This record gives sequence, structure tokens and C-alpha cells, in this order.
Amino acid sequence: MLILHCPYCGVDADETELSPGGEAHLKRFGPGSSDEDFQDYLFARENPRGVHFERWRHAAGCGKWFHAARSTDTLEVFGTYSAQTTEPPKEICDRISGKRPGWTWRLFG
Amino acid sequence: MSEPVSALSGSAFCGLVRVEDCGLKGMITLRGDLSAAAVKKAATGVTGGKMPSPLTIASGKTGSIAWMSPDEALVMCDYADAGAAVGTMTTALGTTHSLVVDVSDARAQFRVTGPAAREVMAKLCPVDFAPGSFEPGQFRRTRMAQIAAAVWMEDENTFCVICFRSVAEYAFTLLKTAAASGSAVDVF
Ligand SMILES: [Zn+2]
Repeated sequence: MLILHCPYCGVDADETELSPGGEAHLKRFGPGSSDEDFQDYLFARENPRGVHFERWRHAAGCGKWFHAARSTDTLEVFGTYSAQTTEPPKEICDRISGKRPGWTWRLFG
Repeated sequence: MSEPVSALSGSAFCGLVRVEDCGLKGMITLRGDLSAAAVKKAATGVTGGKMPSPLTIASGKTGSIAWMSPDEALVMCDYADAGAAVGTMTTALGTTHSLVVDVSDARAQFRVTGPAAREVMAKLCPVDFAPGSFEPGQFRRTRMAQIAAAVWMEDENTFCVICFRSVAEYAFTLLKTAAASGSAVDVF
């Protein structure tokens, strides 16, 4: 069972109060982009064992979207943060580095 | 004119606790910057009380305001006053970026009363309802089994629950099941 701290209302929300929103920090490739970029935007996703960044929505609570960094194998939560960002905050990355030295995820790490 | 009635017309059930449909309630959704002077004034003008801080409900002389999200409040008043209150609020807000909607007929409200009220609610919601963790004055949006709900306590033995009117029957059945005689767990 996952418990994520909602950075908008401050509730420690049980997984059943949340909706998963898939991989975080995707860059949209829309009209005018190459077929390859568009295909990757639609279908190519990380599937890590370990550090992962995701979007979640506090669906049965305040209704806000936010980001979460967690480990897919231990379910350890490294932190949650605002939806209004295109990359993980330094504070979160530093915390992960302290616990999982040498981690990488896409271009981050 | 048809006569407005609440979803379950005041139905009640007695088991571990008493569960009752609260009847018609005035509820107004207010969205906007909750720290903006005009937004605060529009809301408190209806209730005669204060604005709630996050995750709380603030009661006034003629109603209450519940904190729903960083940009949403629920203004509660008498059912008969809701229509006029929407007009007053809309006027008070003027050009301030905001939204005011009378949702009274889209909601159902229940009251759960008795010494086992915390336990009955704890069976249904992923919320820590232990004394000290949840107390009168706090307000929590969550879910009850498969539906969205908002809950607060009127006093140590009384919970109020709001849900969508369309799922009122489901909510009442859930509460009755959680309050079935002989199903006490005595965790609190
Ligand atoms: Zn939240």
C-alpha cells in the first residue's frame, strides 16, 4: 500500500484516494513533430526497477495533480512535489542520491 | 411547482450508531483565490463567520464554510437561502476571477451519531479518525468505499457526511452496513 503526501492540501493520502497519472515529465511532441518523436511521445515509457517519477492526482481529496518520486521495487517514497515543474526538484534528486547512489532516470540522476 | 425533497426524504437507521438523511441543505461551490479579499467577503457574507484554514470548516451565525481545495470552498447555509446567497455572492465578487454555483440539489448529507461514530466512519474511509487525529473543526474530503465523500465532526459523537445526490442510496446503504448491530470492533 502506497501513502503519498499531497503537496497541495497536505493530506497523507492512501493509494485508494489517488488516481495514477503515469510517467512524469513527458515532453509533448504534437503536430509538426517527426513520426519517430510522436510515436515515442505516445508509446515509449520507462519501466524501471527502482527509482521512478510519476504523476498522481488526489482524486478523492483536493482534486489536484502532483508528482511523486518513489522506488518501484521497495515502494519507498522519496518525496512528492508540485505539478508546476518540468523536472524533479534538486531537493528530491539529492534525497534520492543519498539513498540510491548512482541512480539515473531518463536524463536525470 | 414541485416540492423539493432530499434524496432519501429524511430516512434514518439505528444500529451501532444512528444514521440519518439530513434533509435539504443549502450548498454553494465557490472557486477562486481563497486569499482574495472579494472571495473571502463573498463567502463570509453568507455565513457571518470566518474563512476556514486548509482542511477545516468554519461555522458562523448563518452557515459554515468548508475548505475543499486550495482554490475551492463549500459555503453551506439554509436550503431556502441558497438561491439568494448565490446572487449576493456573485454581485460581491464583481469582476474578481471566480465561480459560484448552487449545488444544493446535487448533494446529499447524512448525520452519523453515537459513541461508535468514529468507528463506523473508519470502516469506510482511508482516514485516521482516532481521537486527536480527527476532531471537530477539521474537514476531510476522501472516499467512502467506491464514492467521493466529505466528512467533518459536529461534536465528539457526531459526523456529517456529504456525497453526490446520485449516490445517496449507495452511501446510506454503506453507512447502514458499517453500523450493523453486532459489528462493533472497538478500536478507539
Ligand atoms: Zn490533496
